Amino acid sequence: MRYNEPSPLEQMIISYRFDLPNPASIDTYLANDGYVAIKKVLGMTPEAIIDELKVSSLRGRGGAGFPTGMKWSFVPRNTGKPTYVICNSDESEPGTCKDRLLMENDPHQLIEGMLIAGWTIKSNKGYIFIRGEYRYLIDIVDRAIAEAYQRGYLGKNILGSGWDFDLYTHTGAGAYECGEESALLESLEGKRGIPRLKPPFPAVVGAFQSPTILNNCETYSAIPWIFRNGGAAYAALGTPKNGGTRLVCVSGHVNKPGVYELPMGFNLLRIVNEVCGGVRNGKKLKAIIPGGSSSPVLRADECDIPYDFDSLAKAKTMAGSGGVVVLDEDTDIVAVALRTIKFYAHESCGWCIPCREGTNWLKKILSRYHEGFGDESDIDLIAELANNMLGRTFCALGDAAAMPTAGFVAKFRNEFEDYLKKSPRFQPAPELAVV
Amino acid sequence: MAEVINFTIDGQKLQAAPGTLVINAAKQAGISIPSFCYYDNLALQAACRMCLVEVEKTPKLQVACTLPVAEGMVVHTDTPQVHQARKSMVEFLLTNHPLDCPVCDKGGECELQDMAFRYGAGFSRFREAKIHVDEKQWSPVVYYDAPRCILCYRCVRICGEGLGVSALGIGNRGAMAEIVPNRGDHLECDECGACIDICPVGALTSGAYRYKTRPWEMEHVGTVCTHCSNGCKTTLGVRNGRIIRANNRDRSGVNGEFLCIKGRYGFDFYDHPDRLTTPLVRQGGELKPVSWAQALAVVAKRFTEIRARNGKFAVIGSNHTTNEENYQLQKFARQVLRTSNIDHHRTGDVATLLDALQGRASALASTADLVNAKAALVIDSDLAQEQPLLAFSLRFNWRINQGHVYAVTPGPVREDNYATTVRAEPGREFEQLQLLKDRLAAEPELVILFGAAIKGEDIRRLVAFGDSLGIPVKYVALVDYSNSRGASDMGLLPDLLPGYRPVSEAGLEPGLDYDQILAATDLNALWVVGANPLSRQPLASQDAFVVVQDLFLTETAQRADVVLPAFCAYEKNGTVTNVCGDVQKLTRGPKTMGPKPDLDIIALLAKEMREDLGPTKVADVFAEIRNRVHGYNLPLVVIESGGAAQAVPPNDRIQIQSRPEVVRSAGNTLYTSGTLGRYSPMLNSVLEAPGALYHDPHIAPFVAKGSVQVDTTEKYG
Repeated sequence: MRYNEPSPLEQMIISYRFDLPNPASIDTYLANDGYVAIKKVLGMTPEAIIDELKVSSLRGRGGAGFPTGMKWSFVPRNTGKPTYVICNSDESEPGTCKDRLLMENDPHQLIEGMLIAGWTIKSNKGYIFIRGEYRYLIDIVDRAIAEAYQRGYLGKNILGSGWDFDLYTHTGAGAYECGEESALLESLEGKRGIPRLKPPFPAVVGAFQSPTILNNCETYSAIPWIFRNGGAAYAALGTPKNGGTRLVCVSGHVNKPGVYELPMGFNLLRIVNEVCGGVRNGKKLKAIIPGGSSSPVLRADECDIPYDFDSLAKAKTMAGSGGVVVLDEDTDIVAVALRTIKFYAHESCGWCIPCREGTNWLKKILSRYHEGFGDESDIDLIAELANNMLGRTFCALGDAAAMPTAGFVAKFRNEFEDYLKKSPRFQPAPELAVV
Repeated sequence: MAEVINFTIDGQKLQAAPGTLVINAAKQAGISIPSFCYYDNLALQAACRMCLVEVEKTPKLQVACTLPVAEGMVVHTDTPQVHQARKSMVEFLLTNHPLDCPVCDKGGECELQDMAFRYGAGFSRFREAKIHVDEKQWSPVVYYDAPRCILCYRCVRICGEGLGVSALGIGNRGAMAEIVPNRGDHLECDECGACIDICPVGALTSGAYRYKTRPWEMEHVGTVCTHCSNGCKTTLGVRNGRIIRANNRDRSGVNGEFLCIKGRYGFDFYDHPDRLTTPLVRQGGELKPVSWAQALAVVAKRFTEIRARNGKFAVIGSNHTTNEENYQLQKFARQVLRTSNIDHHRTGDVATLLDALQGRASALASTADLVNAKAALVIDSDLAQEQPLLAFSLRFNWRINQGHVYAVTPGPVREDNYATTVRAEPGREFEQLQLLKDRLAAEPELVILFGAAIKGEDIRRLVAFGDSLGIPVKYVALVDYSNSRGASDMGLLPDLLPGYRPVSEAGLEPGLDYDQILAATDLNALWVVGANPLSRQPLASQDAFVVVQDLFLTETAQRADVVLPAFCAYEKNGTVTNVCGDVQKLTRGPKTMGPKPDLDIIALLAKEMREDLGPTKVADVFAEIRNRVHGYNLPLVVIESGGAAQAVPPNDRIQIQSRPEVVRSAGNTLYTSGTLGRYSPMLNSVLEAPGALYHDPHIAPFVAKGSVQVDTTEKYG
């Protein structure tokens, strides 16, 4: 089931089954190109599969946008160890809600994508790591897995290939950090969800000390289409080096928020104005958080750019996980900054000092500031603390917290300053005043 | 890969082996890179971010503790950017760290203080409320103050990786993350306190030490732990003549920084309220306090009298007294009392091992061998309970040097977690050994450690088994107490003189052994020095005149006619010999008033009896031992400087004439230490004391004990 009306501008290649009756069932899937790609792939060599992926210029949809074909090519062969295929469905980035739809409406597409990954590295075991809060999705995915076993798409000797592949669901326990791939692996192994030292990367030493393919749910879901229609066709949908389509999750002050499948490179302003029917209540656009809460904010005048990894990186922000948050002219940027840092302070795993203490400190300053007890030195302090965290934390969570905070101060410093004028200034009690 | 990597740190052109971490390469070049979480021989964490350095051609600052050197790498550790990063880390750390340094135990030896001094700001920009969490007590030994914790995870790693106990983990997350014990609100572990000592700040504090002193008010006295036979160096913190704490933070000694609960907390028996401070003489059926002069006169008079009528003397020596004392005691027994009836509670058959090896000097493993040997085999001992340092060393060897460990034991042991272990009922060890033979023979070398169950002929069988492997084999006869080995070497034996010479050389016949002394009905005098034989069996000789030198009014002392209060090992100077034959120096820590060192008591008794026992000063007695006792001509400078020198085994066959049955383990656990342990409030207060000897680490890590009552019938020694 969809939660929003589709837009005519959408180019549906991985979400087109969402509108079919009973979309999650294997019969629907089989009747609509289902498990066609895996039959084709079973006749291909790993090299050919990876080459096809490279041609498709599919890039990881979890946030970092790493080329998938290259990632798969890093998995060492013949190590004597088992290999694993893991799906990151720990979708936790504020503003992002696409994996949920993919699992709810088309779980078999995900299973087929993972099967292709499994065949490529001759893995016999896969796990779908589902965010703990997505409790209802576990039943849906488990049912799909059971169907796939029944029809011989999972289990022993898949489609007569002599290759076995088992697939399991595994749930997170409510930690944003477990969306970080190495923390996910720790959690999967039953340990505390804290990130691992890298290198080695999961491709070499992943789950249970073994080579592992770990991709986002949307990445896997795009793969069957690529092998049905060819990598070149997929690449052609997007911009150079940014192949295919992506599910853009638009929330905030727009008339029609929702998840839309748009070709890579679709103009960000057009997403707001044409796909989503413009800013709510005829207000003016103030800013857009383009790729989930961890991406630095774009001012309205910066939003006329193609929505793909490289263009947004050039604008010093990122496409991240595809969560577009639209803010209208009435938005209180300090409140947004506070809400964002509150999330990261809550989700910091506590492993390293700058993230653990930095997020907490920023949260406290911004809370005080928001309540009207800030002063001018706080603005620079916020920016400086964010910079002290940037690039110095153990994993990307610290950056994810610092980047937007630094961005809000850099781009809306005037709003922070205005805050001081309109709110009662903090006056120390007379007995505390230092002479 | 190249054998040597060339790189540059702060302009110095350096070389190191591939895989060397930048932090270590810098340290070798004399460049200090600060860190909290990096710790030698523990897993890498990269959590504290203090060791950030600039690496040319790398945009971001790099973490030196996880960065291996690379060919052509150029590192800068002292740039404005690096300084700024470190300063910001200290600033972050101090946000929620309470600035209660003036009352914190760690104040003065705190790594965070040092780091703040070096990199910190003189001004705090943090004006928000700090997070406060109440302090928790996890056990009588360990307290945790979460706000002070900087989460470097050293404690978690030393407990899990170092000791294999894994009693600590991490709870909560973000700024509320904290260290949590394995039982949620309390610890069930070895209670060794390693977590406290390794803590860079005052987050983990010791139940024995907290809020008692400032570190700089103490004198730090390096001596040797008096409990088990492993001979760990322990550094006593002494203030105003009293021991305030024990640890080994300078990592000197055979144990590095390892200490078990006994080494860190078991010193507290020394000022137990029951400690004897004046001599006691039985008057009218009751022990009454008297002066030293009176007590010594009574003993001298009775000894002279009994000797004059050719009465029967017996002497039981100690596993805890120094080599010098033991040497003088046997000299007293043989020269003055003219008896061979001298023995001690033998907890391992050292003499038979030395005889079976027949002077093969390289066949005795030193304590250091245990961390380097390619393979080790443990027979009939739950090392983690009975020989904690040896267990730690073998685990370290396995963990860091990839040494192999095998164990043949009657029950589950902690080594099961990583070693190749076989269960063998007592008496059937050799059948199980055969199963391991091929694997052992494939090792390049082997150290065999065996418990007291292997004695007499079994030791000869074991050495034959070792010989049959065709590889270099070294042995350790496990004994139980701090100077058990020394007591044997110094001739506290009915059949052997110091250095395992036959008693016939002194013109004597072999005398009564330990059991025979206690069972004899015709003893006229029994002199017990630092032992408690009557805790286990009564003295058969009803009329014997009994003199006891001890710290406490033990079961044996209660039977005595004269009790002479003695110093404990922490109050003495002298030398002791550990389980591996390593001789180390004791240095007097506390200045206890009243009792005397056993050496002085022996010398005073000799003087009172107008006998000449030769030297009276510790150094002079040791000089005589070095001259006269085979194997003890050790480099003085090593021992004097606090090092360990291994005693050399005798060259010839040893004329053993005593029965192996008198060799019996005391069966101590981590939390018991014979009679001494009964007087240690800390040892008796921990939940685990005394654990089952062979516990199953998988099912029930430790047998919890509801009461601190100790069954004295099980104690021996």
